[in-house]
Amino acid sequence: MFRPRVIPVLLLKNLGLVKSVKFKNYNYIGDPINAVKLFNDLRADELVFLDILASKEQRTIQLSFVQKVGDECNMPFSVGGGIKTISDIKQILNAGAEKVIINSYAAENPEFIKQASMEFGSSTIVVSIDVKKNLFGKEGTYTLGGTKSTGYSAVDFAKLMEEKGAGELIINSIDRDGTMEGYDLNLTKKVSEAVSIPVIACGGAGNYQHLAEGINAYASAVSAGSMFIYHGPRKAVLINYPSKEDLQKIFSN
Amino acid sequence: MIVIVDYGVGNLRSVYNKLKRIGIAAEISSDPSVISKADKIILPGVGHFRNGMNKLKEYGLIDLLNRRVLTEKIPVFGICLGVQLFTKHSEEGDCDGLGWIDAETVKFIIPKEQQTKFKVPHIGWNSVSVIKNSLLFKNVDPSELFYFVHSYHLKCNDKNVALGNSNYAYDFVSCIEHGNIFGTQFHPEKSQDAGIQLFENFVKL
Repeated sequence: MFRPRVIPVLLLKNLGLVKSVKFKNYNYIGDPINAVKLFNDLRADELVFLDILASKEQRTIQLSFVQKVGDECNMPFSVGGGIKTISDIKQILNAGAEKVIINSYAAENPEFIKQASMEFGSSTIVVSIDVKKNLFGKEGTYTLGGTKSTGYSAVDFAKLMEEKGAGELIINSIDRDGTMEGYDLNLTKKVSEAVSIPVIACGGAGNYQHLAEGINAYASAVSAGSMFIYHGPRKAVLINYPSKEDLQKIFSN
Repeated sequence: MIVIVDYGVGNLRSVYNKLKRIGIAAEISSDPSVISKADKIILPGVGHFRNGMNKLKEYGLIDLLNRRVLTEKIPVFGICLGVQLFTKHSEEGDCDGLGWIDAETVKFIIPKEQQTKFKVPHIGWNSVSVIKNSLLFKNVDPSELFYFVHSYHLKCNDKNVALGNSNYAYDFVSCIEHGNIFGTQFHPEKSQDAGIQLFENFVKL
């Protein structure tokens, strides 16, 4: 039996855990290592860590932090934030991460994805693609925390990354980020259909039904931030995750 | 002493951490004198098959590993790329392997009508149906899921080598046992409690 993965996405700002709405209004959540411990107990499938300021501040996610996560984390985890060199990747993997996530530099230098996947194998290299609509409603892809347009459409960028050897894509809807209104299913579907590598839906999940919808739109895995961090209508901070039985139920149709 | 062989490819630390958590002192090493004295060997690995074989050559470990595993028959556990290296040949980089088991490493070929559902690489949690009696899966509930990340899988010419199958669009061999040679396509070190149980069983062999 194959069960799709359900992945909490944890955002880091100055090594604290934060959560955004539409890539803005960062709310401080707590200590990330504490969150790892809670997700261990909750038996999460996999974790994603993104240092959201790294590329903007022209640095790489702090290695000692990745190592701390690696020592604590009972499940596979991937890490993104300012990765630009083969040596960055090597160090992050040695610290215990399963995969690295590349966003800004993938658009700047697509050849780097080729180089990295040759060196470490495709399944180690994840490209995250941030998508939003501009003022005129035209959809495009962005880097540097949603501030810089790449000029590629989501489908074109996804295909290019597949061709360069990426093993997996995170398709993140900036417009849905933190809204908990459900994934942008059109986006998920059109990108999943365009590539033969796994797509992780991201941005907007607020309940179990949304997770099932993502998989029905051909995502291979679904991810969420707010949903696993907040509880109830007043958004109290409470780390949570579906139980083994819930997961079976969510994906049984 | 259990030695985790360091040949420059991938995730050794997570294997080491998992063993440490169950109170097993393992050593990560590429030093032939350390590997010569090991009671058991674990060969992890992530990445490209040809790169893996080249690294084993570069580190000068192939003759030593052949002697320890084939002549002295100490238990060996291959994980992911590690177990693929045990095969005779891989389609990844069209490259010969160590040839310890009569098997090949082949690419996932997903039938066209299933390609939107089953993407490659296969990443995620799968059950394993164990098809022969094995100490490795002692106390592991058949409903347990294990974590996979791979684009290639084993194909056993000698059916006796296969220990269990998993299904991703079709059945493939996801773990092997052949005398003192053990291996899993999935990552026990990333598979929560069931993975830890597998390590414990290997340690007790």
